[in-house]
Amino acid sequence: MLDDYIEHIRAAHADGSPLVIQGGGSKTFYGNAQAGTILDTRKLSGVVDYQPRELVMTAQAGTPLAEIEGLLAEQNQMLAFEPPHFQGGSTLGGCIAAGLSGPRRPYAGAARDFVLGTRIIDGTGQPLRFGGQVIKNVAGYDVSRLMVGALGTLGLITEISLKVLPRPAAELTLQFELDEATAIDQMNRWAGQALPLSASCWHAGLLSLRLSGARSAVRAAQTKLGGELAHDPAAFWQRLRDQSTPFFDRHPQHPDHRKWRLAVKPTAPPLNLGEAQWIEWGGAVRWLMTDQPTAALREAARSSGGHATLFHGEPPADGVFTPLAPPLLHVQRQLKQRFDPKGILNRGRLYPVF
Amino acid sequence: MSAVRSPEFLNALRGLLPPESVLTAPEDTRPFESDGLAAYRNTPDLVVLPHTEAQVTAILRLCHAHRVAVVTRGAGTGLAAGALPVDGAVLLVMARLNQIQHIDPLARTAVVQPGVRNLAISEAAAIYGLYYAPDPSSQIACSIGGNVAENSGGVHCLKYGLTVHNILKLRAWTIDGELLEIGNESLDASGYDLLALMTGSEGMLAVITEVTVKLLPRPERAQVVLAAFDDIAKAGAAVGNIIAAGVIPAGLEMMDKLAIQAAEAFVHAGYPLDCAALLLCEVDGVNEEVSDDIFTVHEVLTASGAIEIRTADSEEQRARFWAGRKAAFPAVGRLAPDYYCMDGTIPRSQLPHVLERISAMSVEYGLAVANVFHAGDGNLHPLILFDSSQPNELHQAEVFGGKILELCVEVGGTITGEHGVGLEKINQMCVQFGTPELTRFHDVKAAFDPHTLLNPGKAVPELHRCAEWGAMHIQGGQLPHPELPRF
Repeated sequence: MLDDYIEHIRAAHADGSPLVIQGGGSKTFYGNAQAGTILDTRKLSGVVDYQPRELVMTAQAGTPLAEIEGLLAEQNQMLAFEPPHFQGGSTLGGCIAAGLSGPRRPYAGAARDFVLGTRIIDGTGQPLRFGGQVIKNVAGYDVSRLMVGALGTLGLITEISLKVLPRPAAELTLQFELDEATAIDQMNRWAGQALPLSASCWHAGLLSLRLSGARSAVRAAQTKLGGELAHDPAAFWQRLRDQSTPFFDRHPQHPDHRKWRLAVKPTAPPLNLGEAQWIEWGGAVRWLMTDQPTAALREAARSSGGHATLFHGEPPADGVFTPLAPPLLHVQRQLKQRFDPKGILNRGRLYPVF
Repeated sequence: MSAVRSPEFLNALRGLLPPESVLTAPEDTRPFESDGLAAYRNTPDLVVLPHTEAQVTAILRLCHAHRVAVVTRGAGTGLAAGALPVDGAVLLVMARLNQIQHIDPLARTAVVQPGVRNLAISEAAAIYGLYYAPDPSSQIACSIGGNVAENSGGVHCLKYGLTVHNILKLRAWTIDGELLEIGNESLDASGYDLLALMTGSEGMLAVITEVTVKLLPRPERAQVVLAAFDDIAKAGAAVGNIIAAGVIPAGLEMMDKLAIQAAEAFVHAGYPLDCAALLLCEVDGVNEEVSDDIFTVHEVLTASGAIEIRTADSEEQRARFWAGRKAAFPAVGRLAPDYYCMDGTIPRSQLPHVLERISAMSVEYGLAVANVFHAGDGNLHPLILFDSSQPNELHQAEVFGGKILELCVEVGGTITGEHGVGLEKINQMCVQFGTPELTRFHDVKAAFDPHTLLNPGKAVPELHRCAEWGAMHIQGGQLPHPELPRF
């Protein structure tokens, strides 16, 4: 099966014909537009190895994320970066290639933090293996992690080894009525204390804080923090993770609104870019539904210590991701050139220039 | 005469730096002849000690213009000869860029220069109840720039991660003097994850002049349990059992009989001596969680066949339990004239199997082995004892060490868990990686450093080298920096 993919990419490399790598197609909206023949990864499916006692799972890239999370749940374990599924059908490969993480990210780590090894086929059709199945490994450059968030532009990911973690014994969500500035300050203050935090967000005057851990620890933190218990917290966080609340939808009365993700320093004060905002990751991500111009949003993100990404809507000419400074662009272009010399893999998906 | 000692180059360099920042006399440069792996020595042709980022970039641009190679060095505590001087190269010592520039307690970050010592960050953050999590054993001396270069870990990696998990942003300079601002103050960045690529890159890609690290709240409580076993396989199984019970220990360390005896004789930690293996399991976190975890760990250790279990009930006792483990390397160094320290990592489930194989090889090669493990993350430090004054023992130890690393790769592990490749393990890279992967590693370097001027000859072997072999050699039981704890 792997040989079919190798052959496919070798042939495309020989012809210089672009390929669009696709798993479940749940994130086709993410990144820049691209053209080419679809290379469906879903034949590369199945868990290769899962040792709960090792906290390591290895699976082929086309394995459905839901299948992986189901297997982990049977052993009372989880992917601690809480990856988004969006409208469903997500595969592990797509999850890692996109590198997106969910509500637990600021407290447990991102997708890239849990990747231990990858097998890829580069843009010449060469199969390669980097990293492995162990937590500590400093032999060679960390090319495995380089694949996370590269959107398939450096290679087709065929297999991934991930560190997994036990599910917390107890979990609850507290809610507090707070204005935006106070909520941002409060999320940061709590993050600096020994508290079992696992998610936080603020929207429309309500701060939500998830606690996870030993039953006793979660109870003690609840007593200390106060607040109101949220109704159906599992559904609340899952809707935020998958952006399935109405906030993230396009609204007929605002046809020009685009969905922006501004990643900022978590303590950045309110951005004052409009009312339609959802803050998560302890203040480090500000979602905006807005018709503000691209330049204003990028500048707001930059001056707040981060970067802006367009998630939905009419893309800027220089792409949905914040353009890189020339020296960084040079290095990234060089990397692309060496892993995919003819630029056949997801051409333009990350940056229109490669 | 090499370019590095030419009057033209030296004059240009002296125009960039104050006189005391340029060392050329052998008596001045010899202290920099090796890093923490003193068996590898080479007196540098030229040492520069800049004080500012502007000086660093000027040095890089000058070297680039003259096609002079640069070996970057931090505190010099590395254990793989990564900072070994290279003939014809400038040794760029970053130790004087040693300022903590800013601590932001609310955002939980510290902006530091590369020469800041690892422990100094935690000390400076302590008044805010914060600390920097990675704690390599040399943390009182090693610097953060070197930690990034090596992706340093420590005994707490299983729970708190390595350097790569604990930094947000780098200011780094390519050899031609271009600034790479990698990462930012948010939790991610656009484009490829160059932060991951830079971490552990052993000074091969760019020179770091500033690091923004994450700070964590100090755990409310930390407690350690010591358990003795009459069978090393049972101890190995107990490690998996603890994790299977849903506990992620902050530290989980293991020692075998020879290591226990050596440590006890050296520091009198009060370890039981009539056992085959000791486990140290530390849990930390919120008070209530630690109570629950300690209870669980006790149950698991009992069920796993521990013959003795002790829980440290005071900070002093906790320090004493750890003292023996932290002194294990120098303690073992007292048992024989020489030892080789290996640094492989294996999947934890392979521990009993690997120990059995090492034990069998120990008999086969006629050389004793003391085993010290970061058991939680599967990182083994087998210490092969030998006497280099005996004919053939050095060679036998090298062959034995090689077999251990091959075994680590065979069971799905790696040749180096935390010490890095440097020059020391460069041949063993050939065991772990095939030609296609090594070629891509060279490609990654070329993307940053097309003229191969940064730390040439380290970390990734040239393909024609891949028939050779090497391992760490500690001469006469003498560790470099004997004052530093090693674990």
